[in-house]
Amino acid sequence: MTSLKKIARRSFLIGSAAIVGGVAFGVYKIRETPPNPLKPGTGQAVLNPYVLIDGNGVSIITPRAEMGQGVHTTLAALVAEELDIDMADITTRHGPPAQAYFNQAVLASALPFKEYAMSDFQHDLAGAIGQAGKLLSVQITGGSTSVVDAYEKMRHAGASAREALKLAAAARLGIAPDRLRTESGHVIAPDGTRISYVDLAPEAAQFDPPQVALRPRSAWKQLGRSVPRVDMVEKSTGTATFGIDIRVPGMKFAALRLNPYLGGAMRGFDAGAAKTMPGVEAVYDLGDGIAVVARNTWLAMQAADAVQVDWGPSPHPASMAAIDAALDRAFDAGANSTMRDDGDAETLPAGATEITAEYRLPYLAHATMEPMNATALYEDNSLTVWAGNQSPIVLQKKCAKIAGLSPDAVTVHTTLLGGGFGRRGEVDYAQYTTRLAVQMKGTPVQLTWSREQDMTHDFYRPGAVARFRGAVKDGKAVLLDGQIATQSTTVQAGGRMLGLPMGGPDKALVEGAFDQPYRIPNYRIRGYVADLDLPVGFWRSVGASYNGFLHDSFIDELAHAAGRDPLEFRLDMMRDEDPHSAATLEAVRDMSGWTGKTPDGVGRGVAYTWSFGTPVAEVIEVLDENGTIRIANAWIAADVGVALDPAIIQAQMESALIYGLSAAVHGQITFENGAAEQQNFPDYDALRLHNTPRIETRILQNKPHISGIGEPGTPPSKPALANALFDLTGKRARTLPLAGQFPLLT
Amino acid sequence: MPALLNVNGTTHSVDLPDDVPLLWVLRDELGLTGTKYGCGVAACGACTVQIDGEAVRSCQVALSDVWGGITTIEGLGTPAQMHALQTAWVKHQVAQCGYCQSGQIIQAAALLAANPAPSDTEIDEAMQGNLCRCGTYPRIRAAIHDAAKMIEG
Repeated sequence: MTSLKKIARRSFLIGSAAIVGGVAFGVYKIRETPPNPLKPGTGQAVLNPYVLIDGNGVSIITPRAEMGQGVHTTLAALVAEELDIDMADITTRHGPPAQAYFNQAVLASALPFKEYAMSDFQHDLAGAIGQAGKLLSVQITGGSTSVVDAYEKMRHAGASAREALKLAAAARLGIAPDRLRTESGHVIAPDGTRISYVDLAPEAAQFDPPQVALRPRSAWKQLGRSVPRVDMVEKSTGTATFGIDIRVPGMKFAALRLNPYLGGAMRGFDAGAAKTMPGVEAVYDLGDGIAVVARNTWLAMQAADAVQVDWGPSPHPASMAAIDAALDRAFDAGANSTMRDDGDAETLPAGATEITAEYRLPYLAHATMEPMNATALYEDNSLTVWAGNQSPIVLQKKCAKIAGLSPDAVTVHTTLLGGGFGRRGEVDYAQYTTRLAVQMKGTPVQLTWSREQDMTHDFYRPGAVARFRGAVKDGKAVLLDGQIATQSTTVQAGGRMLGLPMGGPDKALVEGAFDQPYRIPNYRIRGYVADLDLPVGFWRSVGASYNGFLHDSFIDELAHAAGRDPLEFRLDMMRDEDPHSAATLEAVRDMSGWTGKTPDGVGRGVAYTWSFGTPVAEVIEVLDENGTIRIANAWIAADVGVALDPAIIQAQMESALIYGLSAAVHGQITFENGAAEQQNFPDYDALRLHNTPRIETRILQNKPHISGIGEPGTPPSKPALANALFDLTGKRARTLPLAGQFPLLT
Repeated sequence: MPALLNVNGTTHSVDLPDDVPLLWVLRDELGLTGTKYGCGVAACGACTVQIDGEAVRSCQVALSDVWGGITTIEGLGTPAQMHALQTAWVKHQVAQCGYCQSGQIIQAAALLAANPAPSDTEIDEAMQGNLCRCGTYPRIRAAIHDAAKMIEG
């Protein structure tokens, strides 16, 4: 642990960058157990931070944001498996902001290692460093880490609760606990006496929860199989409560209007006309925007549009040409990182054929189906906020500051999220609502963003430019030298969310490129930070969302330059470097019946990316149908190590692929005078049912460690499509989106 | 003068400006929050309801233009008594974030009422106005086919 202490004292790794100045603490501090945030009410028993039992039954706290990825179901199943209770007999809840729910895995994933090559020792080290999350109160849902983080600790929570219940039953029955067994929410005595957990809970809460060994995987009854999602009935009947559905007695509806010139000030406004509009009650100054309170949200939105506002200019570049130039200039400064530098990338190997390519990718919006919103009630010494969010402790702290309260005076209710994709890791929507609520003391208010406000005030996936140089010889890649320039999401979003200065090598610039399991003798990946400060944030798969396309597209170009089948070309370089990754490629080869040859009118592309611990290979098939190109079929293979719920994993793989293809086909945010030009879905469309391919997914479990599923399907989807289009048309897409370049079915 | 709206078989009297879209009457006035706001410009389908059995974008129907009885997701079925489509949605585990699903199901219900055994192409045509950012489309298609079989019996 010496190396951990050294890292901890000197510089504290998070979000792939070191915090400048460092945070001094000892390991003992991060080993302390945070207090249990659940305070039992009358008739309730709290067995640990994850298990609450009252007269209504057993509740499992699933403290990660349910934004569609099925996390409440799988986290609850981890507890239920050891607790011996049927999934049908539990309820789940998000729980409060609390250090007890820190995300250890999200910090561990920030280490600048090539994950595929991590030793068991490095895995242990990463876990230990992740303990620092407690100190930073990182209760974040992101980075495909929820299940990795919960895999052991939530099973332990179930096991220790079960053992405490057995101790309570043993005391009541006057027999030894080891003569008792548990099943379906009951402790069962040798004579068949059954005592329900609900009955035993108050007594069980008196015992120190015993720590026992976890059951082996071979004994699992609920994990490892597809269980009905806990949120499925409510989401199919319109009875699920999202943030926008919160209804509090006396609540007012409000609409938001912010400066379209991002980062610009509000010099003044005239609400005279707006205040006379039907149903309007008041107009409030929120600093860099206004809110209108009205009888309903639509009347508020109409009046918000009618307010005359004098907007200050944006500090950002005036045109896309200027933004592109700033990205290009990043290469002139020194590299931020060289996270891979194998062999000699400077020298062209003798007899090799050199190729170069430059790629350029756009900014992207998250475009969650549920627009940003939050509801808040400010009273004398308290604030209550209702919001679908991915980081409740950050939300609590930021809103407390606005309200002039201590964080513990702020109650946060995390609702279901109508999509997250990283957007709701930010908390701006809750901050604006709080700014409004403090001006409406005693009255709850819901502030809803119009789709236009949402799309033009995102924290965007940054645009990126890449310059790749490579060489092939005798059918093999002998050189790959990649340079990627983009904005640093880590510095901007990490600083914004955690309030800490970030610096050092930024893994997000190069993840999805430097950490790919290819054996190429001369192989270098460098990251560059562009001098731009447009608002950027974490977008499903973060750095791999651009690097997956950049790196794999160039691998495909090398394959063609080498005159090789692109799938076999990848496999040859991968087999010795990471057999698990090679198995994903072999799986899609077999599933798709890949022959390396396609008839006229058919194009096939393959792509592969390792991201968030999960290697994913995808094959996409496009068809030319009377001059219109349709994305007809897709095959996905992913190795998740341990598959806890195959149906949910399959859904996430399909979802991640479609999210990536939507961006590849349609996604582009452009800025004019610092204002986003795309306003709504007609300008920023996505795949729909008629142009979504048929998808077949295979889940592999060869890797030794469990890994996440929410994001890794996204990175390879874009290059797989572009590579398929190349196969069909002979035209190589080096920019996205594709809809303007190819006659795709839209 | 207050407008009378028949929603899921219940008549409501609503006193609002004529141009308030039905979506916001349902959500903010009547508390029927199952119908969602997604875009406000008929581009996503999250607000889909039925008027006299026809699927419409409630963000585009002014209060004064409502021409018949309205069915929202709450009126199609309940957790205790689900419509065949809702049963199929649960069976196929369709929803992810779930925000668009009310609109998807209401749109699909109008399709099945008009066409009890739709082909894939007919499903494509009927459903392409309904956006899902989670990408639940493959399961939506499977659930519609399955519900069609259930209804046919």
